[in-house]
Amino acid sequence: MIQANLKVYRYDPQTDQEPHYDTYEVKELPDFATVLDALIKVREDIDGTLALRCSCRSAVCGSCAFRVNGHAKLGCKTKVSTLAPDGEEIRVDPMGNMKVIKDLVTEMEMFWDKLKQVKPWIETVGEPPEREYQVPHAKMVELQQPMNCIMCGACVSDCTVLEEDSKFLAPAALAKAYRVVGDPRHGKTREWLTDLSEEGGIWDCTRCLECVEVCPKDVAPMDQIIKLREQAIEEGLTDNIGAKHVLHFTESVAHTGVLDERTLPIKAAGWGWAVKNAGIAIKATLKGKIKPLLPGSHPSVTEVQDVRRIHEELEEGKRK
Amino acid sequence: MRVAYFPGCVAKGNCPELNQATQKIAPLLGIELVELTGAPCTGAGVLQAQNPVLADTYNAKTLALAEELDLPLMTVCSTCIGCLRKSNKKLSEDEGYRAEVNAVLKSGGHEYHGGVDVTHILYVLIKELGLDNLRGMVKKPLTDLRIAPFYGCYILRPASIMGIDDPDNPTSMERVIEALGGTPVDYYGKTRCCGFPIGLENEEASFKMAGKHIGEAKDKGADFMVTPCPLCHMNLDLQQPGISRVVRRQLDMPVLHLPQMVGLALGLSPKELGFSKHIISAQSVLAKVGA
Repeated sequence: MIQANLKVYRYDPQTDQEPHYDTYEVKELPDFATVLDALIKVREDIDGTLALRCSCRSAVCGSCAFRVNGHAKLGCKTKVSTLAPDGEEIRVDPMGNMKVIKDLVTEMEMFWDKLKQVKPWIETVGEPPEREYQVPHAKMVELQQPMNCIMCGACVSDCTVLEEDSKFLAPAALAKAYRVVGDPRHGKTREWLTDLSEEGGIWDCTRCLECVEVCPKDVAPMDQIIKLREQAIEEGLTDNIGAKHVLHFTESVAHTGVLDERTLPIKAAGWGWAVKNAGIAIKATLKGKIKPLLPGSHPSVTEVQDVRRIHEELEEGKRK
Repeated sequence: MRVAYFPGCVAKGNCPELNQATQKIAPLLGIELVELTGAPCTGAGVLQAQNPVLADTYNAKTLALAEELDLPLMTVCSTCIGCLRKSNKKLSEDEGYRAEVNAVLKSGGHEYHGGVDVTHILYVLIKELGLDNLRGMVKKPLTDLRIAPFYGCYILRPASIMGIDDPDNPTSMERVIEALGGTPVDYYGKTRCCGFPIGLENEEASFKMAGKHIGEAKDKGADFMVTPCPLCHMNLDLQQPGISRVVRRQLDMPVLHLPQMVGLALGLSPKELGFSKHIISAQSVLAKVGA
C-alpha cells in the first residue's frame, strides 16, 4: 500500500474571496493507484466538499484532466508511484486557460465554442457515388491520429498562445479541423482552409509542443496544425504573413543553405514591419550583432550547390 | 572529446556572440569542435510546413556529414536539436523512408545510415564533461548571482523525441548553474514558450509571452536569465525594449547564452564572450562576477 500527499487547489466562487490549497494525506492506496484514485478517496473519506469531474477511470471519457504538478494530465492515467516514488507532495490544480466553476471543475464552454468554429464535419460536393465512398487505407491510418482525441481539454489547458490571445482556436479544435480537411471525402477544403487561415487560426500556433507533450492519446495536435499549413500553401492560400514566412524561409535556405534572418521578416511582414523595427535594427547593427544588409554579407554553406540541388529536386517532385 | 559542431543559422546570423562564446569555451573544456561547414538549416519547424521531406533531407545531409566523421553531432540551439532529433528518429527507425531520402541525398555524394547521436552543449557539459569536472574548472564562481534558466521548447519536448531531461520538471540548466557557483531561480515560465515563432504573425501575443516570463524571473529576484536557445534569446534580449512597451513594465533583464555564462565562470572576458552585442546591458552581472 502507498500514501499520496496531495496539495489541492480549492475555490468556490460563490463563497471564497480567493483560491487556496488544502493538503491531504491519503493513506492505504493500492500500489497502482492513480492521482484520480487518490482524489476520489479524498472526496469519499476525508472531505466531501471537494469537487472534481470524472467518469470512466480508464483514459477513455476525457473527463478527469487536471494540472498535476503544473502540467495537464488525465488523473486516471497518472500513477502516484511514478510521480512521487518517495512520497513527494503532488500538487493538483484545475486546467489552465479555463474558468473555474468549483475546485477542479472547469467551464468547458470555450472549448466547445472553438470546436464549433472549425466546422468539424465533412461536406461532400457533387453527386454521391453509386456505392460507398472509398478512402485509401493509408489516409485513414494517418487520420486515426486526430480521431483519437477524447476532448479532455489537456492541450487547451496548456496552450501557450491561448494564455495571451483568447481568439486563438487552440490545439484541440485545430487538430479536429485537420481530421476534416485531411479527409479525401471532404469537398470544401479550400473554403475550410480559407477560414482557418484567418486571425486566430493555423498561423498563430507558436509550435511550442506543449500540446504534443500533454496529450494523453498521442493526437500530436501541433503536427496536425503543420499539416493544415502545408495544405493551405498547396491550395495557394498564401496572402498572409504566416504563409509568406514559410515560403520566404524555404527560399532563403534554398539560396545559401543558411536562413537570412535580416530579410525574412521584411519579405514576410512587409516594409511596415521594417519601418516599425528600424530603431532596434539600427541599434543591433551598430552593436555588431546584426550584419549590415550589404551584398555578400550573408554566409553560404560550403555545399550550397548540393543544397540547391536537393531543394530543386524535392520541390519539383512535389509539384508533379 | 571531439564533436561535429552544428552552430545553426542564428549563431552565425543575428546572435554571433553565441558562436563566438562557444568557440572560446570549447578548448577550455577540452571539446574539439569540428564544424560542419556544409550543413544546411534544420528548417526550424517552419520549412516543414512547406515540404517536410525537404526538411528531413536537409537534416539527413547534416546527419550524414556527422556520420562520415564518426562523431556525435552537437548543437547550441534548442530548435536545431529538436528538429534534428525529430528527423533522426524517423530516418533511423523507418528503413523505407530512409531509402527514399537517401535516393535524393546520394547524388550529392552522401548517404545516411542512421543512429548518429544528436546532442546539445548543455547535455555535453553534463553527460560527457561531467559537472564535477566543470566545477573544478571554475575560476570566477557565479557566487551571489540569482540565475533564471529559460529552456526553450524544443530542448525538452516532446519527451518521445528528446528524452534527455524531464519536460515537466527539468534540472539540467539548474545543475550547470549550481556547478558554476550560481543560485538557480525557479519559476513557472522557465519551460514555456518565449513567443519568438509568432513574432511576425501575432506580435502582441509573442511579446506578452516573453514579457510574462521575464517579469516573473524579475519578480523572483533573478539577476539574469540564461538560455540554451538563440531563438529565445532573440525575443528575450533583442526584442526586450518592444516587449517592455507592450507589457508596460521596464524589464531591464540581462539575458545570457548558456556558453556565455559558462565562459564568465571560466574566467573569460566579456569582450571574448561578445557581451557588447547584447541589447540589454549585462553590466550589472559582469560587475558582480568581477569580469
